[in-house]
Amino acid sequence: MIDDVLEIGKVKFKSRLLIGTGKYADDSIIPAVCDSSESQIITVAMRRVDFNATTENVMDFIPKNMQLLPNTSGARTAEEAVRIARLAKAAGCGDWIKIEVISDNKYLLPDGYETIKATEILAKEGFTVLPYVNADLYIARALVDAGAAAVMPLGSPIGTNRGLKTREMTRILIEEIKLPIIVDAGIGRPSEACEAMEMGADACLVNTAIATANDPVKMAKAFSNAVKAGREAYLSGPGAKSNLAQASSPLTGFLTEGQ
Amino acid sequence: MSFYNICAQYDEECLKEQLASKTETDVKHTLAQEQISPEGFLTLLSPAAVPFIEDMAQKAHKLTLQHFGRTITLFTPLYLANYCTNRCVYCGFNTKNKIYRSQLSYEQVESEAKVIASTGMKNILILTGDARAKSSPEYIKACVEILNKYFPSVSIEIYAMTEQEYASLAESGVDGMTMFQETYNEKLYPVLHPSGPKHDYRFRLDAPERSCKAGMRVVNIGALLGLDEWRHDAFKTGLHAHYLQSKYPGVDIAVSLPRMRTHVGHFEQTCVVSDTEMVQNLLALRIFMPRAGITISTREKAEFRNNIMHLGVTKMSAGVSTEVGGHAKAEDDSDKSAQFDISDTRSLTEMCEAISSQGYQPVFKDWEPIFGTL
Ligand code: SF4
Repeated sequence: MIDDVLEIGKVKFKSRLLIGTGKYADDSIIPAVCDSSESQIITVAMRRVDFNATTENVMDFIPKNMQLLPNTSGARTAEEAVRIARLAKAAGCGDWIKIEVISDNKYLLPDGYETIKATEILAKEGFTVLPYVNADLYIARALVDAGAAAVMPLGSPIGTNRGLKTREMTRILIEEIKLPIIVDAGIGRPSEACEAMEMGADACLVNTAIATANDPVKMAKAFSNAVKAGREAYLSGPGAKSNLAQASSPLTGFLTEGQ
Repeated sequence: MSFYNICAQYDEECLKEQLASKTETDVKHTLAQEQISPEGFLTLLSPAAVPFIEDMAQKAHKLTLQHFGRTITLFTPLYLANYCTNRCVYCGFNTKNKIYRSQLSYEQVESEAKVIASTGMKNILILTGDARAKSSPEYIKACVEILNKYFPSVSIEIYAMTEQEYASLAESGVDGMTMFQETYNEKLYPVLHPSGPKHDYRFRLDAPERSCKAGMRVVNIGALLGLDEWRHDAFKTGLHAHYLQSKYPGVDIAVSLPRMRTHVGHFEQTCVVSDTEMVQNLLALRIFMPRAGITISTREKAEFRNNIMHLGVTKMSAGVSTEVGGHAKAEDDSDKSAQFDISDTRSLTEMCEAISSQGYQPVFKDWEPIFGTL
């Protein structure tokens, strides 16, 4: 079998689980989480990174072999997101950026319009842009045109652990959008990540569910297994689901009888 | 319409009656809901909810974990001046109190900033008394410019300003404002604030909204618990926060829960808030507003602060001095001109250790000041 890899921009990854760095009780657990998750891409909020830190910093705990995905959390407009992306690059965090533009602090839902604007600007500047958006076909199409490297629809609002509430809309994105679809936000349980993968999502990003588990290292492993299981199920082509029972005594059998 | 109109719907008598009418069944029903209405919030604040405090704690803990993880953001206040033209009867800076008054020069601001920054602190909250003539908006702006060199986040807790003044401070790098209404009881308010600009209840009540309009990133409100029946003030604080969060979704709305402390001067508290009541307030607020920041200051004792980390708190002060220039000053030089006595005197390092030992991570930096950086 040909190697099944996730390709974003021009980079290939074996793992289809992306993880985060927020919400841990202690950043020193991050290397162990990276290890057990087998993840190769890790997102970090620029607002939390202290570039002048004399003491420990979250960046010190990120394994060097991982693809760093700085995010623009805290940005309320495209302009702010662009500034944060440039800042991350200038600070040596590379040119991958996860765009998060949120101007609703009550539900933390992403602003599609501003996200598209930021994606366009940053993609032109050579960034590998991964925008976090609502599972909306029009936004996703605009992001493709804007030069995004992947589309990251939410499963449910950030931090809610509610699972894949956007199932139908995400399924449409999987069908229609040729870029990798990475389900981001809201995934609370490995079974939900598995479901997204089984449906054909290219990857899942999980932070809260791992970081706030009683045993984050073990939970990271569980997610790793779930994402693999879901991917394998998808690749193996699950039997078609049908709402109609396959009658053992068909009503139209007479049409073919005797042929 | 301003929050004033909403607040005015709940007079003290009707609140009293409503709180007393809540039953255990109401509490159970409220706790079973995913989203709590203002009515439900009142239920959780009522005496009927006291026996359910553990259930509330479990729910509040889960919600906080989901939204904030195991993290506590740290900040420290910096007192720029203690001149004040008001006569808040409960405050040590009251214009009638004979205390040593001073104001930091720009050089002193810089040296205070250096001392604080050397501890690793990144979030600073600047405070002044209410004396426009002394601590003018221009003076505050100039101090902010100095502090911006040392701290990614600078917020203000000063006198109520106009929308334009807030906008100008936001532009100069202030990212948050704190405004305590002290008490929402409109009849009691003028009694506690007999003279000075703070006497104007309505101007103060609308200040958080003006700062939301002016583009402040974080707006933090609160009542000083112990001035009036705490349940009334707690309810109105929550309603106020809810009003602001719904009307200004781009602003991070946070709530502080300060309890009355001893200070220079003589104020007899009429309503003492017990630890259990403080916790009930905190839990009800967290359940009502799962995404709001909640601050507990060093007014509270170290042990109490350790215990409540699990209950919904997201922000704490540390390494606090409530004296003007108190950070750079040697302890022996203290002129005893603090605004109030602090209970938790732990240093920043000790505070971080305490947070870690509770299984939480102390967060220093939670904001990147992006304007003017590139
Ligand atoms: S509470 Fe503020 S306004 Fe009132 S006396 Fe104290 S410093 Fe002045």
